[in-house]
Amino acid sequence: MPPAADVNYWPLLGVAVVIAGFALRRNPVLVVVSAGVVSGFASGKPFAELLTLIGRTFVENRLLLLLLLTFPVIGLLERFGLRERARAWISGIRGLTVAHFLITYLGLRQILSMVGLTQVAGHVQTVRPLVAPMSEAAAERSVQPPPKADADGSVDAAVDAAMDPAASVDPVPAEPAPPRLDERQRAEVRAMAAATDNVGLFFGEDVFIAFGAVLLIQGFYASNGIELEPLTIALWALPTAIIAFCVHSLRLWLMQRRLRRECAARRIVEGADAQG
Amino acid sequence: MLKVEYLYWLVGAFLLACAYFNLCDRRGSMAAFWAIVALPFVFGDAVLAAVRAGTDWPAQAIGIGVLALGVLAARNRLQHRPDSAATSAARAAASLRFGNRLFVPALAIPALTLVLYFGSRKAAEYGVNVLDPKAQTLTALGIASLIALALGLRTTRASAAVAVGEGRRLLDSLGWAVLLPMVLATLGGVFAATGVGDAIAALTAMAIPVDNRVACLAAFALGMVLFTVVMGNAFAAFPVMMAGIGLPLLVLRHGADPAILGAIGMLTGYCGTLLTPMAANFNIVPAVLLELPSQYGVIRAQVGTALVLMLANFALMLGLVFR
Repeated sequence: MPPAADVNYWPLLGVAVVIAGFALRRNPVLVVVSAGVVSGFASGKPFAELLTLIGRTFVENRLLLLLLLTFPVIGLLERFGLRERARAWISGIRGLTVAHFLITYLGLRQILSMVGLTQVAGHVQTVRPLVAPMSEAAAERSVQPPPKADADGSVDAAVDAAMDPAASVDPVPAEPAPPRLDERQRAEVRAMAAATDNVGLFFGEDVFIAFGAVLLIQGFYASNGIELEPLTIALWALPTAIIAFCVHSLRLWLMQRRLRRECAARRIVEGADAQG
Repeated sequence: MLKVEYLYWLVGAFLLACAYFNLCDRRGSMAAFWAIVALPFVFGDAVLAAVRAGTDWPAQAIGIGVLALGVLAARNRLQHRPDSAATSAARAAASLRFGNRLFVPALAIPALTLVLYFGSRKAAEYGVNVLDPKAQTLTALGIASLIALALGLRTTRASAAVAVGEGRRLLDSLGWAVLLPMVLATLGGVFAATGVGDAIAALTAMAIPVDNRVACLAAFALGMVLFTVVMGNAFAAFPVMMAGIGLPLLVLRHGADPAILGAIGMLTGYCGTLLTPMAANFNIVPAVLLELPSQYGVIRAQVGTALVLMLANFALMLGLVFR
């Protein structure tokens, strides 16, 4: 490939540093800072000018850390048991499954983003304190076997007892003992809660006409002599938004079905062990 | 008007408090880390004003600070300090004692953000600017969390010092991950200024058969995804791929509809955002926040959705843009 004469390809070394750094699992902050320095040197910028550039862009992007203002209140509420409470509250709702819960959250997040309210929810504000513990509790409930007809209510009582260690009055546990999610499965549910927040945000915000992406697209075309209405651009984000909702909902449902199967299989194994 | 700078100063004060707490605990490098991060919040305006006035040394000092942050980040390994049995028991007891009242301050954050955002827009119609127009939702979020903090302190009857201490616990458990979005945005700025985008656009344009519109579209879609994966941001990929392939080949040569190509092309880039550790605030920060065993746990949960949506977007563009 003959390089064009007027393009300097050396700054691409910065991209190589990023890829190599992440592949070798070096500290991401160090990787990113090094990539900036490498790319700057490769483009032939003097070191002083490069430092100014890095310092100025760093300051200009400080808006991204305004989120830190939520930390004291979230930390305070966590210390007084917010996450435990969120879990207990969701476990108290009969018939709520993790798929239902996360699909509802996905829809809500998409609609809120579509009207421009992207900062209302998020990983620090809502996912860690509320959505993740609630999803875990809902998943815990989703993997319970359906109550037997002859044991009316006793399965639910046993489930509640298993989920609430503070409940001291313990009826004779129905057997086999209600299945619990293991550590790996709980982490998977939490990861899915974060993923659901991302999908809801990404594929909702583009439908909002004042959102940066829409204005970026419009601005790009305008500077190249093509005039477009922001609304036309925003509306064409709708088909993908709907497909995103369907695809991710289906995946949530599949995750729930798999968790159920895994727990059922483990129960059979454990039952066989108990019988010798 | 409530300027966003006031909130920056508060963030700076919080970071300095965290640095001080770490210093008291003899964790010097962590203290230095948060103290340097506090600099752009405390002196940000002065630094930018100096650059505009032609004085570069304050920005250069911050630049040296950023290099130091890279070194310090590599030294401060993320450490999970699991709760002692006593803390978990105390939390469970408090949770029973306060019950659903704990939800009020937590839900006040989103609810107040909404109210403040719409309230300030209404007020702006009457010519009164309450929130900084530069960052309305984020300013609203900042104020909402301060009010929620007041509510939370009232509910729990804890002191403000406890809240700052707990905020510091959260901040320390996130460690360098919390800074990653800001350094990545900085890298985006450096890449743009050093011409990385132009180089990639030139390379892609050399590699594809320009007469085949489907091949051009495929290269555009794939380029959006790959470039977003590298940069961590579809916004950075869009102008590059548009200038390299979208505008000259698809719109001008093959007559593609610009609105559809732009909208769905951008969303194709978002599929890349779901796949990359470079989009740290969406993919790495929550993995640390949720104490997942792997840093890539959230990305793994997103792969299925991202790949299906990528194909769906390509199919949509194929069916719609060449009408």
